[in-house]
Amino acid sequence: MEFFLQLLVNGISLGFLYALSALGFVMIFKSSSVLNFAHGELLAIGAFLFLVLSAWAKLPIVLAFALTLVGSFALGFIVERLFLRPLIGEALIEVIMLTVGLAAMFKGLLLFVFGGDIHDYPEFLPEGLSLQLGTIQVPSVYVAALIIGIVFLILFGFFFKYSSQGIYMRSVADNQPAALSLGVHVRRVFALSWAIAALVCAMSGIVLGIINGVNVHNLSGIGLKVFPVVILGGLDSIGGAILGGIIIGLLETFTGGYISTSLREIIPYIVLVFILMVRPYGLFGLVEIERV
Amino acid sequence: MENNIRLLINNISVVYSDVIQVLKGVSLTIKKGQIVSLLGSNGAGKTTTLKAISGLLKSENGKVTEGSIEYDGEPVQNSSPEEITRKGIIQVLEGRQEFKYLTVEENLRVGTATRWGKPFKKDLEMVYHYFPALLARKKNLAGYCSGGELQMLVMGRGLMAQPRLLLLDEPSLGLAPLLVKEIFQIIRRVNQELGTTLMLVEQNANMALQIAHYGYVMENGKIVMESDAEDLRENPDVKEFYLGTAASGALKSYKDVKSYKRRKRWL
Repeated sequence: MEFFLQLLVNGISLGFLYALSALGFVMIFKSSSVLNFAHGELLAIGAFLFLVLSAWAKLPIVLAFALTLVGSFALGFIVERLFLRPLIGEALIEVIMLTVGLAAMFKGLLLFVFGGDIHDYPEFLPEGLSLQLGTIQVPSVYVAALIIGIVFLILFGFFFKYSSQGIYMRSVADNQPAALSLGVHVRRVFALSWAIAALVCAMSGIVLGIINGVNVHNLSGIGLKVFPVVILGGLDSIGGAILGGIIIGLLETFTGGYISTSLREIIPYIVLVFILMVRPYGLFGLVEIERV
Repeated sequence: MENNIRLLINNISVVYSDVIQVLKGVSLTIKKGQIVSLLGSNGAGKTTTLKAISGLLKSENGKVTEGSIEYDGEPVQNSSPEEITRKGIIQVLEGRQEFKYLTVEENLRVGTATRWGKPFKKDLEMVYHYFPALLARKKNLAGYCSGGELQMLVMGRGLMAQPRLLLLDEPSLGLAPLLVKEIFQIIRRVNQELGTTLMLVEQNANMALQIAHYGYVMENGKIVMESDAEDLRENPDVKEFYLGTAASGALKSYKDVKSYKRRKRWL
């Protein structure tokens, strides 16, 4: 029972991290219908940026964290400007292929600079952050994951629900010609969605880096996990991404705990295949409003 | 040039995908504070004219190849929709393009995109004042609203931008006659009370000519007739083709139908 609860807590906090990174993926898809195959690399770039700032430049942790967020936000903006904007109006498949190319390029650059070894962050999470829940001990990094996940998902929830910019972003996802007719700056919305995606990727990249160590292959592989998460949750719903994230997180930790650790990496994809066979639109896809 | 002219279209041609010519030398003038209505059958080029003004042609691979569009004396042809909307020209698209998954109030808020960061409470009140039906539905998803409510929603959304020229594309499309009447009364009130200049594209010529000051008739990408709205209402050709009442009372033969076009073409 204790073991079960331990896995449950770990799985949920891992799930929130997946959900956070999936949020970035869903945003790009919702605003521009582009599947971003460079998602894992954005995750890795964020983690390495934090590594450089915290371990190499030895900046205070809070400052390093803030700078990483600002830096990855800017990076998302630049990527959109340089690579995606020239392709607006081209066929979708070309844009998607571009993200595949971006993934290869980023991964190559990271390998070139940092090599394929596992790097570690300095210890900075305070011991007091770890939680003692009855008999189970939640390590501080999982508590941090839970806090970051919940706080930022709530923040983004409010952003999309109430802020003008958030509403404009949703309007573009909903009906692009109409948004254009009202003067919504559609290209700016695309840029913003890439920037936010890079930002949330960096956040989950950092926490995953604390858990597993910072390694290019690991992190970009985790980025791939966004596919089972969002497909489970439906490609276009943010609430679905959260549920999908938690389900995948739980599946992984339980498989790793009860069956075998080597199976834990592939179980999300097996489940993905079965779910797609039964519900091709995902478990929590958007309910299509149709006028009859 | 007179300075009471809001929009001056001078002999424009519009070509889609570099090959399909839709407008062939259209000229029209919209005076400040007027309602100008553009009539014509399907495929005449009415919507294309509106899109040439609002810049939305661009996203459909269309282009103004000749002529000029001057808005308050400033050329705006082939500008991007972002620029044009920020100058105060808002087009309300045909067929009620609401944001389905946004609530009614959120839909209205998107209308403030051209003046982002400025307060919009007053404008919401103004829209609810003209369209009280929206107030009751403000928390509902737009996707679940009725056709009439949606038409009010998209018009209100356009008004949120505080436009100086509002382009309405077929506001009566698919609505019950009573509702059409209500919508047109509101259009007239908006024009009179807010002083908004309006361009109205309509199939429902009868209603359009009742509230418009001036009217143009389009056919095959050309303006074939223009006049004060009252004159158009009395014009025998317009009566027959757009108002559904034959001038002489009797049905005309097909030959006469063609003669109308021929005559206009040589004007």
